[in-house]
Amino acid sequence: MVFIVAFLIIVFLGIGSVLASRMASVIKNVSNGDAKETGEVRIGLSNRINGILFPVFFVLGLIAATWSFLHAKQYFLPEAASPHGRHTDFLFWLGMSIITIAFVVTNALLFIFAWRYQYKEGRKASYYPENHKLELIWTVIPAVIMALLVFTGWRAWRDIMAEAPENAQVFEIVGKQFNWIVRYPGVDNNKLGAYNYKLIDSNNDTGIDYADEASFDDFVSTSELHIPANKPILLKIRARDVLHSVFIPHLRVKMDAVPGMPTRFQFTADKTTDEMRNITGNPDFTYEIACTEVCGQGHFSMRIRLIVEDEASWLAWCREQKPLLTSTPELAARIPANLKAKAAKYLPADVTAAPADSSTASLSVSGAAIASSTLR
Amino acid sequence: MSTVSTNSATVAHAVEQDHHEPQSFWRTYIFSEDHKTIAKQYLISGIFWSIIGISMSVIFRLQLGFPGMKMEFLRPILGSWINETGKLDPDFYLALVTMHGTIMVFFVLTAGLSGTFSNFLIPLQVGARDMASGFLNMLSYWFFFVASVIMFSSLLIETGPAAGGWVIYPPLSALPQAHKGSELGMTLWLISMALFIVSQLLGGINYITTVINLRTRGMSFSKLPLTIWAFLLTAILGLISFPVLLSAALLLIFDRSFGTSFYLSEIYIKGEALPNVGGSPILFQHLFWFLGHPEVYIVLLPALGMTSEIIATNSRKPIFGYRAMIASMIGIAFLAFIVWAHHMFVTGMNPFLGSIFMFLTLIIAVPSAVKAFNYITTLWRGNIRFTPAMLFSIGLVSFFISGGLTGIILGNSALDIQLHDTYFVVAHFHLVMGAASAFGLLAGVYHWFPKMFGKLMDEKLGYIHFWLTFIGIYLVFFPMHYIGIAGFPRRYYAFTSYDFTKNIFADMNSFISLAAIFTFTAQWVFIYNFVNSLIRGKKSPQNPWKSNTLEWTTPIKPGHGNWPGEIPAVYRWPYDYSKPGAKDDFIPQNVPYSQTPESNLPHENELISLEKEIEAQNLNDQFSQPH
Repeated sequence: MVFIVAFLIIVFLGIGSVLASRMASVIKNVSNGDAKETGEVRIGLSNRINGILFPVFFVLGLIAATWSFLHAKQYFLPEAASPHGRHTDFLFWLGMSIITIAFVVTNALLFIFAWRYQYKEGRKASYYPENHKLELIWTVIPAVIMALLVFTGWRAWRDIMAEAPENAQVFEIVGKQFNWIVRYPGVDNNKLGAYNYKLIDSNNDTGIDYADEASFDDFVSTSELHIPANKPILLKIRARDVLHSVFIPHLRVKMDAVPGMPTRFQFTADKTTDEMRNITGNPDFTYEIACTEVCGQGHFSMRIRLIVEDEASWLAWCREQKPLLTSTPELAARIPANLKAKAAKYLPADVTAAPADSSTASLSVSGAAIASSTLR
Repeated sequence: MSTVSTNSATVAHAVEQDHHEPQSFWRTYIFSEDHKTIAKQYLISGIFWSIIGISMSVIFRLQLGFPGMKMEFLRPILGSWINETGKLDPDFYLALVTMHGTIMVFFVLTAGLSGTFSNFLIPLQVGARDMASGFLNMLSYWFFFVASVIMFSSLLIETGPAAGGWVIYPPLSALPQAHKGSELGMTLWLISMALFIVSQLLGGINYITTVINLRTRGMSFSKLPLTIWAFLLTAILGLISFPVLLSAALLLIFDRSFGTSFYLSEIYIKGEALPNVGGSPILFQHLFWFLGHPEVYIVLLPALGMTSEIIATNSRKPIFGYRAMIASMIGIAFLAFIVWAHHMFVTGMNPFLGSIFMFLTLIIAVPSAVKAFNYITTLWRGNIRFTPAMLFSIGLVSFFISGGLTGIILGNSALDIQLHDTYFVVAHFHLVMGAASAFGLLAGVYHWFPKMFGKLMDEKLGYIHFWLTFIGIYLVFFPMHYIGIAGFPRRYYAFTSYDFTKNIFADMNSFISLAAIFTFTAQWVFIYNFVNSLIRGKKSPQNPWKSNTLEWTTPIKPGHGNWPGEIPAVYRWPYDYSKPGAKDDFIPQNVPYSQTPESNLPHENELISLEKEIEAQNLNDQFSQPH
């Protein structure tokens, strides 16, 4: 109800001010009736009021801006937990300080000139149509500042978007209406298997292709993504239906998920969830992944938790997970006959006829699997 | 000139140009070919659309500011879009956001601003009887009208209007099964926009032709008011970029209705794998933003042009750096075409392209800075009259600076990673493009209302309107930056799903919503003033602002053909304000140097000899024969 009251107050304020001004002009009309008759536009008290209001607005606005900034600062750019994030945060505040100076100086000049050079009876404005030196100065200064910002920004961008190192730990995240599915490369071969969108069904919601033996140990989750701290991570991103965008605010990660065009983002998380709980003083802190590309009705609630832990406990956690093949043995039907033996160790005993050794991966077979994944 | 026809009808026309046969009501007011009437039609349509567009933003601001609110009181208007629990439907929230964007960008700030003032001012300020083709001009408005009707009707259908954001990225917009707003609403959106683009092209061709071919004697490009330069560049931008949007829309129509795969590939939706492969959703984004970015300048340049005129007139000073202003507008217009991909830094586009587009984007800050500094220097040592138009122009410069500066942050691809699609972006473009252009529109209405309707608007109400709006807009969009820096994504129905947005800034969001309602309410002061001044306004003098440009040499209410006799010739630039030695503080463009020996600068005395030549030039008059 508070808002209705506030709304009504505003409406009444608006109406009130209109009425007040009507009254004022009626009174003015009475006192200066003849001045109006000439049809000339008069310049008087109103001009002085408008003139003084500009610096007043500027000073009050600056106070309000400063106060609100200090008040809101605690929530700005939530604690960064990635090296590249801290670097871009630094560049952000560097840029912000430069533009804040420009903002204050130019707005000050604008409002103070407006007040200082308001109409005065009998004064004539200076005829000052151009000054090439001045123009040159204020072309060159912004150009130099821009060059500085472009250079620092470009270097940061180049580093962030560089190829992931060889040893990067790979994960896959798939966007769909309206949740994320993460796929782990499994503990045995640490490789993501091929996929094909035509293989998607209720048992296999990321379309894992079991003609690729790298797929056998992959496991998926729709509730959590566990990643190791202090290790380069390569996030492979794709979408199943419409555009989505992976946004991990605390890691300064954002990249669209595009159906038909896999994207990626590489980063390193250098603070575990527990460390972040200490730093933020929030015992319930958790990293989150959000969607930032409008994707339909549930766009605002595509949350999935991200858990960052040290490498040892991450590995231990991974070992406890069951490959999708193990939890959904029906998928075994899709394994080509020549690989059935290798898949056996992931399947319950009654599904496969014979156990087999699957510790080695054959290059020729995985090559064939990649070829099959590109066939549509 | 080629536009002057020599048939006998034209000659007859010229002889009795003052007393036409009265035209029917339909030809005078509805299907009119007179540029002044068409301008008014655009203006009224623009005001109508802005009321709808801003009302929508108020409704979704209620949702964002007061998430738990019961909105039953809106049920008479919104019907079942308010669900059983009295809350706004999440699908309709997205529809509101989408339609607010579409309406404000295209129907208000493109048609309402450029359509109104390009039509009204180009013939009056270059000294022409009318547009090059009155018929095309009429067609342009009526295409826009049909587009408006279709867009409006999409608000009324059961599945609601388009709802994938104003950028309508496929596949969401291409797949009716993906979203309610991608059903009939999206089809109507595409049809309406296709017609809208046709309207823009017809208008743009006309503006360009008129400026190039129908300038009066002596009106060289170096004597054109900056408004006309801005309208010309705007029309060129529109003419080059709108066809690209048309093709993007057509391909989307094909994907939606005829089974093609321009934008679709490898999609599994609603339990079904679609057969489409090989398309690219990124292609649509490239095509869309090839228009979308110039569009920013299509709405902003006319506002900047009119502001140049208004600030110079009311400072009683020449605009500082006339040539630098033209050069920076040309620079901005050129750069506008080669920065589009800065909207796409994190779409998975090649990072190398990101580097290139960051570099090009930040270059655009330089001409923009030059413009801002030139406005400020124009105020310096002026003799400023604060008419409502002047107040709005100063407000525009402030918004242009404040909103433009954050563009330096967003144009930096490394920083854009975190800020992309957050409220920081929303705050940025609402200030620099939304509020600044809206202020240009309002400044233009206050300044040229006397020329349009022969009456003066109430100044006091104008002052109140300005201060409430100026303060209100800063109250809405300044704190919005904070929410963006905290990482709040845009187009979210609620912020309750995430820990990083859940318990913070609820008060800030309520504050912004209240400020938005406050600002919206303040606009009724303007509506009241507009209507009231139309009916009861004081009669305007011929040149109320003591301005130099040609439109103020016409009768108070210019008739068909604008000038009763010959079109005046032009001898000087439009910014001879407060010239040393001159008796008045302004010298209109049609006053020859030979009449003002007391104020001529040395090189201008030499121009006196050219006056005979100017007068002997082709009259360039659609109503009469060439010499």
